[in-house]
Amino acid sequence: MARAPEPPSFSAQLERLEEIVRRLEGQDLDLDEALKLFEEGVERLRDARERLLTAEAKVKQVLADEAGKFRIEDFDG
Amino acid sequence: MGVGLDLFSAIAPEGAWSVGDVTRRARAVIEAGLVPLWVRGEVSGFKAWQSGHWYFTLRDRAAQLRCVMFQKENRRLPAAPRDGMQVFVFARPTLWEEKGEFRLTVLELLSTEAGGLWQLAFEQAKAALARDGLLDPARKRPLPLYPRRIAVVTSPDGAALRDIMAVTARRWPVAELLVIPARVQGDGAAAEICAALALVGRVGGLDLVILGRGGGSREDLWTFNHERVARAVAAVPVPVISAVGHETDVTLCDLVADLRAATPSAAAAAATPDAGDVAAVLAQLAARLARGLAARSGRGSERLDRTLDRLAGAIGRRLERDRHALAASGGRLDALSPLKILARGYALARDGEGHVLKRVAQLPPGLPFRLRVSDGEVAARVREA
Repeated sequence: MARAPEPPSFSAQLERLEEIVRRLEGQDLDLDEALKLFEEGVERLRDARERLLTAEAKVKQVLADEAGKFRIEDFDG
Repeated sequence: MGVGLDLFSAIAPEGAWSVGDVTRRARAVIEAGLVPLWVRGEVSGFKAWQSGHWYFTLRDRAAQLRCVMFQKENRRLPAAPRDGMQVFVFARPTLWEEKGEFRLTVLELLSTEAGGLWQLAFEQAKAALARDGLLDPARKRPLPLYPRRIAVVTSPDGAALRDIMAVTARRWPVAELLVIPARVQGDGAAAEICAALALVGRVGGLDLVILGRGGGSREDLWTFNHERVARAVAAVPVPVISAVGHETDVTLCDLVADLRAATPSAAAAAATPDAGDVAAVLAQLAARLARGLAARSGRGSERLDRTLDRLAGAIGRRLERDRHALAASGGRLDALSPLKILARGYALARDGEGHVLKRVAQLPPGLPFRLRVSDGEVAARVREA
Protein backbone atom coordinates (compact mmCIF):
# COMPACT_ATOMS: atom_id res chain seq x y z
CA MET A 1 0.00 0.00 0.00
CA ALA A 2 1.27 3.46 -0.85
CA ARG A 3 2.47 5.65 2.00
CA ALA A 4 4.11 9.01 2.13
CA PRO A 5 7.88 8.50 2.52
CA GLU A 6 8.54 8.17 6.22
CA PRO A 7 11.12 10.11 8.21
CA PRO A 8 14.14 8.07 9.29
CA SER A 9 13.29 5.66 12.06
CA PHE A 10 14.32 6.36 15.62
CA SER A 11 16.92 3.61 15.46
CA ALA A 12 18.35 5.04 12.22
CA GLN A 13 18.65 8.45 13.92
CA LEU A 14 20.40 6.99 16.95
CA GLU A 15 22.74 4.88 14.83
CA ARG A 16 23.78 7.91 12.80
CA LEU A 17 24.22 9.95 15.98
CA GLU A 18 26.49 7.28 17.43
CA GLU A 19 28.53 7.34 14.25
CA ILE A 20 28.79 11.15 14.31
CA VAL A 21 29.93 11.17 17.92
CA ARG A 22 32.47 8.43 17.27
CA ARG A 23 33.92 10.35 14.34
CA LEU A 24 34.03 13.59 16.31
CA GLU A 25 35.86 11.76 19.08
CA GLY A 26 38.31 10.33 16.58
CA GLN A 27 41.53 12.12 15.73
CA ASP A 28 41.52 12.75 12.00
CA LEU A 29 39.02 15.53 11.37
CA ASP A 30 39.59 19.14 10.42
CA LEU A 31 37.45 21.82 11.99
CA ASP A 32 35.20 22.23 8.97
CA GLU A 33 34.31 18.58 8.91
CA ALA A 34 33.87 18.60 12.66
CA LEU A 35 31.50 21.57 12.41
CA LYS A 36 29.46 19.88 9.71
CA LEU A 37 29.17 16.71 11.75
CA PHE A 38 28.28 18.70 14.82
CA GLU A 39 25.54 20.57 12.96
CA GLU A 40 24.11 17.32 11.69
CA GLY A 41 24.32 15.79 15.15
CA VAL A 42 22.48 18.69 16.73
CA GLU A 43 19.81 18.47 14.03
CA ARG A 44 19.32 14.76 14.65
CA LEU A 45 19.33 15.17 18.41
CA ARG A 46 16.69 17.84 18.08
CA ASP A 47 14.59 15.59 15.88
CA ALA A 48 14.88 12.62 18.25
CA ARG A 49 14.07 14.82 21.22
CA GLU A 50 11.05 16.27 19.43
CA ARG A 51 9.73 12.80 18.78
CA LEU A 52 10.03 11.86 22.44
CA LEU A 53 8.34 15.06 23.51
CA THR A 54 5.50 15.08 21.04
CA ALA A 55 4.74 11.35 20.92
CA GLU A 56 1.08 10.74 21.61
CA ALA A 57 0.59 6.97 21.63
CA LYS A 58 -1.60 6.67 18.55
CA VAL A 59 -3.83 3.62 18.20
CA LYS A 60 -5.36 2.58 14.89
CA GLN A 61 -7.13 -0.49 13.68
CA VAL A 62 -7.08 -2.54 10.53
CA LEU A 63 -10.48 -3.51 9.22
CA ALA A 64 -10.62 -6.24 6.57
CA ASP A 65 -13.59 -7.18 4.43
CA GLU A 66 -14.53 -10.50 2.85
CA ALA A 67 -12.94 -9.54 -0.45
CA GLY A 68 -9.58 -9.37 1.33
CA LYS A 69 -9.35 -5.58 1.12
CA PHE A 70 -8.51 -3.64 4.24
CA ARG A 71 -8.48 -0.10 5.51
CA ILE A 72 -6.89 1.58 8.48
CA GLU A 73 -8.94 3.75 10.81
CA ASP A 74 -8.47 5.43 14.14
CA PHE A 75 -9.24 3.06 16.96
CA ASP A 76 -11.83 4.37 19.36
CA GLY A 77 -12.27 1.33 21.60
CA MET B 1 -44.86 -46.77 16.27
CA GLY B 2 -48.31 -47.31 14.92
CA VAL B 3 -50.83 -46.28 17.49
CA GLY B 4 -53.20 -49.14 16.79
CA LEU B 5 -50.48 -51.77 16.72
CA ASP B 6 -51.40 -54.61 19.01
CA LEU B 7 -48.54 -56.42 20.71
CA PHE B 8 -50.64 -59.46 21.29
CA SER B 9 -51.79 -59.79 17.69
CA ALA B 10 -48.29 -60.94 16.76
CA ILE B 11 -48.61 -64.24 18.57
CA ALA B 12 -50.23 -65.60 15.42
CA PRO B 13 -48.92 -65.38 11.82
CA GLU B 14 -51.96 -63.36 10.77
CA GLY B 15 -50.95 -60.58 13.15
CA ALA B 16 -47.28 -60.47 12.07
CA TRP B 17 -45.48 -57.13 12.41
CA SER B 18 -43.39 -55.67 9.65
CA VAL B 19 -39.61 -55.38 10.15
CA GLY B 20 -40.00 -51.66 10.51
CA ASP B 21 -42.66 -52.12 13.18
CA VAL B 22 -40.19 -54.14 15.25
CA THR B 23 -37.20 -51.81 14.92
CA ARG B 24 -39.37 -48.77 15.62
CA ARG B 25 -40.82 -50.41 18.72
CA ALA B 26 -37.42 -51.66 19.90
CA ARG B 27 -35.93 -48.21 19.49
CA ALA B 28 -38.70 -46.67 21.56
CA VAL B 29 -38.23 -49.25 24.31
CA ILE B 30 -34.45 -48.73 24.40
CA GLU B 31 -34.64 -44.98 24.42
CA ALA B 32 -37.28 -44.99 27.14
CA GLY B 33 -35.38 -47.49 29.29
CA LEU B 34 -31.79 -46.25 28.93
CA VAL B 35 -31.14 -42.59 29.53
CA PRO B 36 -27.90 -41.03 28.19
CA LEU B 37 -25.03 -42.39 30.27
CA TRP B 38 -21.26 -42.60 30.62
CA VAL B 39 -19.70 -45.74 29.24
CA ARG B 40 -16.07 -46.74 29.35
CA GLY B 41 -14.24 -49.06 27.01
CA GLU B 42 -11.57 -49.49 24.37
CA VAL B 43 -11.86 -47.94 20.92
CA SER B 44 -11.55 -50.26 17.93
CA GLY B 45 -12.33 -50.08 14.22
CA PHE B 46 -12.29 -46.28 14.28
CA LYS B 47 -13.28 -44.65 11.00
CA ALA B 48 -13.88 -41.00 10.18
CA TRP B 49 -16.21 -40.66 7.25
CA GLN B 50 -16.16 -38.07 4.51
CA SER B 51 -19.21 -36.51 6.13
CA GLY B 52 -17.15 -35.77 9.24
CA HIS B 53 -19.01 -38.33 11.35
CA TRP B 54 -16.98 -40.84 13.35
CA TYR B 55 -17.83 -44.55 13.59
CA PHE B 56 -16.16 -46.97 15.94
CA THR B 57 -16.69 -49.83 18.32
CA LEU B 58 -16.32 -49.68 22.08
CA ARG B 59 -15.41 -52.93 23.67
CA ASP B 60 -14.21 -54.70 26.75
CA ARG B 61 -13.37 -58.37 27.27
CA ALA B 62 -16.97 -59.46 27.27
CA ALA B 63 -18.86 -57.38 24.74
CA GLN B 64 -18.88 -54.61 22.21
CA LEU B 65 -21.04 -51.66 21.22
CA ARG B 66 -21.26 -49.84 17.90
CA CYS B 67 -20.85 -46.09 18.30
CA VAL B 68 -21.38 -43.04 16.16
CA MET B 69 -20.18 -39.55 17.02
CA PHE B 70 -21.63 -36.98 14.67
CA GLN B 71 -19.63 -34.13 13.24
CA LYS B 72 -21.54 -31.53 15.22
CA GLU B 73 -20.31 -33.21 18.43
CA ASN B 74 -16.82 -34.32 17.44
CA ARG B 75 -15.76 -30.95 15.99
CA ARG B 76 -15.20 -29.72 19.54
CA LEU B 77 -12.49 -32.35 20.07
CA PRO B 78 -8.87 -31.57 19.28
CA ALA B 79 -8.11 -34.97 17.77
CA ALA B 80 -9.70 -38.28 16.92
CA PRO B 81 -9.18 -41.22 19.29
CA ARG B 82 -6.91 -43.99 18.12
CA ASP B 83 -7.70 -47.69 18.10
CA GLY B 84 -6.74 -49.26 21.39
CA MET B 85 -7.30 -46.06 23.33
CA GLN B 86 -9.23 -46.29 26.59
CA VAL B 87 -12.02 -43.72 26.59
CA PHE B 88 -15.10 -42.53 28.43
CA VAL B 89 -18.07 -41.63 26.29
CA PHE B 90 -21.28 -39.93 27.28
CA ALA B 91 -23.81 -41.46 24.92
CA ARG B 92 -27.46 -42.03 24.20
CA PRO B 93 -28.24 -45.75 23.59
CA THR B 94 -30.48 -46.18 20.59
CA LEU B 95 -31.31 -48.46 17.74
CA TRP B 96 -30.38 -47.65 14.18
CA GLU B 97 -33.53 -48.75 12.48
CA GLU B 98 -32.25 -49.18 8.92
CA LYS B 99 -29.67 -51.75 10.05
CA GLY B 100 -31.51 -53.01 13.05
CA GLU B 101 -28.37 -52.26 14.94
CA PHE B 102 -28.09 -51.33 18.57
CA ARG B 103 -25.67 -48.48 19.04
CA LEU B 104 -24.54 -45.50 21.05
CA THR B 105 -24.89 -41.96 19.81
CA VAL B 106 -21.83 -40.39 21.43
CA LEU B 107 -22.20 -36.83 22.72
CA GLU B 108 -18.89 -36.46 24.52
CA LEU B 109 -15.63 -38.38 24.48
CA LEU B 110 -12.72 -38.26 26.93
CA SER B 111 -9.50 -40.17 26.77
CA THR B 112 -8.40 -41.75 30.03
CA GLU B 113 -4.75 -41.62 28.98
CA ALA B 114 -2.45 -38.98 30.42
CA GLY B 115 -3.46 -35.60 29.00
CA GLY B 116 -6.12 -37.21 26.87
CA LEU B 117 -6.93 -36.20 23.34
CA TRP B 118 -5.68 -32.66 23.90
CA GLN B 119 -2.22 -33.93 24.71
CA LEU B 120 -2.33 -36.29 21.77
CA ALA B 121 -3.27 -33.50 19.38
CA PHE B 122 -0.65 -31.20 20.89
CA GLU B 123 2.10 -33.78 20.44
CA GLN B 124 1.05 -34.57 16.88
CA ALA B 125 1.01 -30.91 15.86
CA LYS B 126 4.26 -30.19 17.68
CA ALA B 127 5.98 -33.06 15.90
CA ALA B 128 4.75 -31.73 12.55
CA LEU B 129 6.06 -28.24 13.35
CA ALA B 130 9.40 -29.66 14.46
CA ARG B 131 9.68 -31.66 11.23
CA ASP B 132 9.40 -28.41 9.31
CA GLY B 133 12.05 -26.75 11.47
CA LEU B 134 9.60 -24.23 12.94
CA LEU B 135 10.69 -24.92 16.52
CA ASP B 136 14.37 -24.35 15.79
CA PRO B 137 15.73 -21.78 18.28
CA ALA B 138 17.88 -20.35 15.46
CA ARG B 139 14.66 -19.13 13.83
CA LYS B 140 13.99 -16.69 16.66
CA ARG B 141 14.48 -13.12 15.50
CA PRO B 142 15.68 -10.28 17.71
CA LEU B 143 13.08 -7.65 18.57
CA PRO B 144 13.57 -4.15 17.14
CA LEU B 145 15.03 -1.70 19.69
CA TYR B 146 12.85 1.29 18.83
CA PRO B 147 9.67 0.00 17.20
CA ARG B 148 7.70 2.48 15.16
CA ARG B 149 4.56 0.52 14.41
CA ILE B 150 3.39 -2.45 16.49
CA ALA B 151 0.53 -4.67 15.36
CA VAL B 152 -1.66 -6.17 18.06
CA VAL B 153 -3.68 -9.23 17.08
CA THR B 154 -6.35 -9.69 19.75
CA SER B 155 -9.95 -9.09 20.63
CA PRO B 156 -10.69 -5.35 20.25
CA ASP B 157 -12.72 -5.25 23.46
CA GLY B 158 -10.54 -7.48 25.63
CA ALA B 159 -8.41 -6.71 28.66
CA ALA B 160 -5.29 -7.75 26.74
CA LEU B 161 -5.58 -4.81 24.35
CA ARG B 162 -6.24 -2.32 27.16
CA ASP B 163 -3.14 -3.53 29.03
CA ILE B 164 -0.95 -3.32 25.92
CA MET B 165 -2.23 0.19 25.15
CA ALA B 166 -1.57 1.39 28.71
CA VAL B 167 1.99 0.00 28.89
CA THR B 168 2.94 1.28 25.44
CA ALA B 169 1.56 4.77 26.14
CA ARG B 170 3.60 4.92 29.34
CA ARG B 171 6.88 3.45 28.06
CA TRP B 172 7.12 4.30 24.39
CA PRO B 173 4.41 6.62 23.08
CA VAL B 174 6.57 7.10 19.97
CA ALA B 175 5.16 3.84 18.64
CA GLU B 176 1.85 3.58 16.85
CA LEU B 177 -0.31 0.61 17.76
CA LEU B 178 -2.22 -1.05 14.97
CA VAL B 179 -5.00 -3.28 16.23
CA ILE B 180 -5.90 -6.18 13.97
CA PRO B 181 -9.10 -7.48 15.54
CA ALA B 182 -9.64 -11.23 15.95
CA ARG B 183 -11.72 -13.29 18.32
CA VAL B 184 -9.33 -15.25 20.53
CA GLN B 185 -11.69 -17.91 21.85
CA GLY B 186 -14.65 -19.95 20.75
CA ASP B 187 -15.65 -21.35 17.38
CA GLY B 188 -13.93 -19.66 14.48
CA ALA B 189 -11.26 -17.99 16.61
CA ALA B 190 -8.44 -19.96 14.97
CA ALA B 191 -9.54 -18.89 11.50
CA GLU B 192 -9.83 -15.23 12.54
CA ILE B 193 -6.37 -15.23 14.11
CA CYS B 194 -4.86 -16.82 11.00
CA ALA B 195 -6.52 -14.18 8.82
CA ALA B 196 -5.33 -11.36 11.09
CA LEU B 197 -1.75 -12.67 11.09
CA ALA B 198 -1.84 -12.97 7.30
CA LEU B 199 -2.82 -9.28 7.13
CA VAL B 200 0.38 -8.26 8.91
CA GLY B 201 2.49 -8.91 5.86
CA ARG B 202 0.10 -7.00 3.62
CA VAL B 203 -0.31 -3.91 5.79
CA GLY B 204 3.43 -3.30 5.65
CA GLY B 205 5.54 -0.91 7.67
CA LEU B 206 5.12 -2.97 10.82
CA ASP B 207 8.09 -3.69 13.07
CA LEU B 208 6.59 -6.20 15.44
CA VAL B 209 3.45 -8.19 16.27
CA ILE B 210 1.94 -8.99 19.64
CA LEU B 211 -0.49 -11.89 19.61
CA GLY B 212 -2.45 -11.41 22.82
CA ARG B 213 -5.17 -12.87 24.95
CA GLY B 214 -6.27 -11.95 28.45
CA GLY B 215 -7.13 -14.48 31.10
CA GLY B 216 -9.49 -17.28 30.31
CA SER B 217 -10.09 -20.93 30.79
CA ARG B 218 -7.56 -23.54 29.92
CA GLU B 219 -9.88 -24.93 27.26
CA ASP B 220 -10.02 -21.54 25.56
CA LEU B 221 -6.27 -21.71 25.26
CA TRP B 222 -6.75 -24.46 22.72
CA THR B 223 -7.12 -21.95 19.90
CA PHE B 224 -3.40 -21.25 20.25
CA ASN B 225 -2.56 -24.94 19.96
CA HIS B 226 -4.02 -25.34 16.48
CA GLU B 227 -1.26 -26.31 14.12
CA ARG B 228 -2.53 -23.86 11.50
CA VAL B 229 -2.43 -20.97 13.99
CA ALA B 230 1.15 -21.87 14.92
CA ARG B 231 2.05 -22.00 11.23
CA ALA B 232 0.43 -18.61 10.69
CA VAL B 233 2.62 -17.21 13.50
CA ALA B 234 5.71 -18.70 11.88
CA ALA B 235 4.81 -17.12 8.54
CA VAL B 236 4.63 -13.55 9.87
CA PRO B 237 7.45 -11.55 8.22
CA VAL B 238 8.34 -9.57 11.38
CA PRO B 239 9.06 -10.75 14.96
CA VAL B 240 6.07 -12.03 16.94
CA ILE B 241 5.57 -11.93 20.70
CA SER B 242 3.08 -14.50 21.94
CA ALA B 243 1.19 -13.27 25.00
CA VAL B 244 -1.50 -15.81 25.42
CA GLY B 245 -1.75 -15.25 29.11
CA HIS B 246 -1.38 -18.54 30.90
CA GLU B 247 1.51 -19.12 33.25
CA THR B 248 1.50 -22.89 33.33
CA ASP B 249 0.55 -24.00 29.84
CA VAL B 250 2.87 -23.40 26.95
CA THR B 251 1.01 -23.31 23.65
CA LEU B 252 2.27 -24.13 20.17
CA CYS B 253 2.07 -20.42 19.37
CA ASP B 254 4.43 -19.72 22.27
CA LEU B 255 6.90 -22.26 20.90
CA VAL B 256 6.86 -20.84 17.39
CA ALA B 257 6.85 -17.14 18.36
CA ASP B 258 10.08 -15.16 18.61
CA LEU B 259 9.35 -14.39 22.25
CA ARG B 260 6.87 -15.72 24.78
CA ALA B 261 5.51 -13.26 27.34
CA ALA B 262 3.58 -14.32 30.41
CA THR B 263 0.99 -11.54 30.05
CA PRO B 264 -0.03 -8.91 27.48
CA SER B 265 1.49 -6.20 29.72
CA ALA B 266 4.80 -8.08 29.81
CA ALA B 267 4.65 -8.39 26.02
CA ALA B 268 4.23 -4.62 25.62
CA ALA B 269 7.13 -4.01 28.02
CA ALA B 270 9.35 -6.43 26.08
CA ALA B 271 8.34 -4.78 22.81
CA THR B 272 9.26 -1.23 23.79
CA PRO B 273 12.18 0.72 25.22
CA ASP B 274 11.52 3.07 28.14
CA ALA B 275 11.34 6.68 26.94
CA GLY B 276 13.22 7.80 30.07
CA ASP B 277 16.14 5.49 29.25
CA VAL B 278 16.15 6.73 25.67
CA ALA B 279 16.19 10.35 26.90
CA ALA B 280 19.26 9.49 28.99
CA VAL B 281 20.96 8.02 25.90
CA LEU B 282 20.19 11.23 23.98
CA ALA B 283 21.63 13.30 26.81
CA GLN B 284 24.85 11.27 26.72
CA LEU B 285 25.09 11.70 22.98
CA ALA B 286 24.55 15.45 23.31
CA ALA B 287 27.36 15.70 25.86
CA ARG B 288 29.74 13.59 23.77
CA LEU B 289 28.85 15.60 20.68
CA ALA B 290 29.74 18.86 22.43
CA ARG B 291 32.98 17.48 23.88
CA GLY B 292 33.93 15.94 20.58
CA LEU B 293 33.63 19.24 18.77
CA ALA B 294 35.39 21.15 21.51
CA ALA B 295 38.34 18.74 21.32
CA ARG B 296 38.54 19.25 17.56
CA SER B 297 38.45 23.00 17.69
CA GLY B 298 41.73 23.24 19.56
CA ARG B 299 43.01 23.51 23.07
CA GLY B 300 42.67 27.26 23.03
CA SER B 301 38.93 27.26 22.78
CA GLU B 302 38.18 26.36 26.38
CA ARG B 303 35.51 28.95 26.47
CA LEU B 304 33.54 27.50 23.58
CA ASP B 305 34.21 24.13 25.10
CA ARG B 306 32.80 25.16 28.45
CA THR B 307 29.78 26.80 26.90
CA LEU B 308 28.95 23.76 24.84
CA ASP B 309 29.56 21.45 27.72
CA ARG B 310 27.36 23.43 30.00
CA LEU B 311 24.55 23.59 27.49
CA ALA B 312 24.79 19.94 26.60
CA GLY B 313 25.02 19.04 30.25
CA ALA B 314 22.05 21.16 31.13
CA ILE B 315 19.97 19.68 28.40
CA GLY B 316 21.17 16.22 29.25
CA ARG B 317 20.23 16.57 32.88
CA ARG B 318 16.84 17.91 32.02
CA LEU B 319 16.23 15.09 29.57
CA GLU B 320 17.09 12.60 32.23
CA ARG B 321 15.02 14.26 34.85
CA ASP B 322 11.89 15.12 33.00
CA ARG B 323 11.46 15.07 29.32
CA HIS B 324 8.40 17.26 29.55
CA ALA B 325 10.39 20.08 31.08
CA LEU B 326 12.36 20.04 27.86
CA ALA B 327 9.51 21.40 25.83
CA ALA B 328 10.26 24.75 27.41
CA SER B 329 13.92 24.62 26.54
CA GLY B 330 13.36 24.10 22.85
CA GLY B 331 15.75 26.82 21.71
CA ARG B 332 18.71 25.67 23.70
CA LEU B 333 20.11 23.22 21.22
CA ASP B 334 20.25 26.02 18.70
CA ALA B 335 22.59 27.85 20.99
CA LEU B 336 24.83 24.79 21.03
CA SER B 337 25.86 25.24 17.46
CA PRO B 338 28.98 27.36 16.83
CA LEU B 339 27.53 28.18 13.44
CA LYS B 340 24.69 29.88 15.24
CA ILE B 341 27.24 31.79 17.29
CA LEU B 342 28.91 32.91 14.07
CA ALA B 343 25.52 33.85 12.70
CA ARG B 344 25.16 36.35 15.50
CA GLY B 345 28.15 38.23 14.07
CA TYR B 346 31.09 36.57 15.79
CA ALA B 347 34.01 35.33 13.69
CA LEU B 348 36.63 32.67 14.26
CA ALA B 349 40.27 33.44 13.40
CA ARG B 350 42.56 30.53 12.53
CA ASP B 351 46.09 30.24 11.19
CA GLY B 352 47.01 28.26 8.10
CA GLU B 353 47.04 25.01 10.08
CA GLY B 354 43.61 25.53 11.50
CA HIS B 355 44.68 26.61 14.99
CA VAL B 356 42.30 29.10 16.56
CA LEU B 357 43.91 32.53 17.18
CA LYS B 358 42.63 34.03 20.39
CA ARG B 359 45.34 36.37 21.77
CA VAL B 360 47.07 39.44 20.45
CA ALA B 361 50.37 37.64 20.82
CA GLN B 362 49.19 35.06 18.30
CA LEU B 363 48.62 37.77 15.70
CA PRO B 364 51.96 39.48 14.95
CA PRO B 365 51.95 42.21 12.27
CA GLY B 366 51.87 40.84 8.75
CA LEU B 367 50.53 37.40 9.72
CA PRO B 368 48.19 35.89 7.13
CA PHE B 369 45.23 34.10 8.66
CA ARG B 370 41.75 32.90 7.80
CA LEU B 371 38.52 34.27 9.15
CA ARG B 372 35.54 31.94 9.48
CA VAL B 373 32.22 33.81 9.37
CA SER B 374 28.69 32.46 9.31
CA ASP B 375 28.54 31.63 5.60
CA GLY B 376 32.17 30.86 4.73
CA GLU B 377 35.79 31.77 5.12
CA VAL B 378 37.91 34.74 3.93
CA ALA B 379 41.65 35.24 3.74
CA ALA B 380 42.99 38.06 5.97
CA ARG B 381 46.28 39.56 7.10
CA VAL B 382 47.31 41.59 10.18
CA ARG B 383 48.25 45.12 9.14
CA GLU B 384 51.98 45.95 9.30
CA ALA B 385 52.83 48.15 12.26
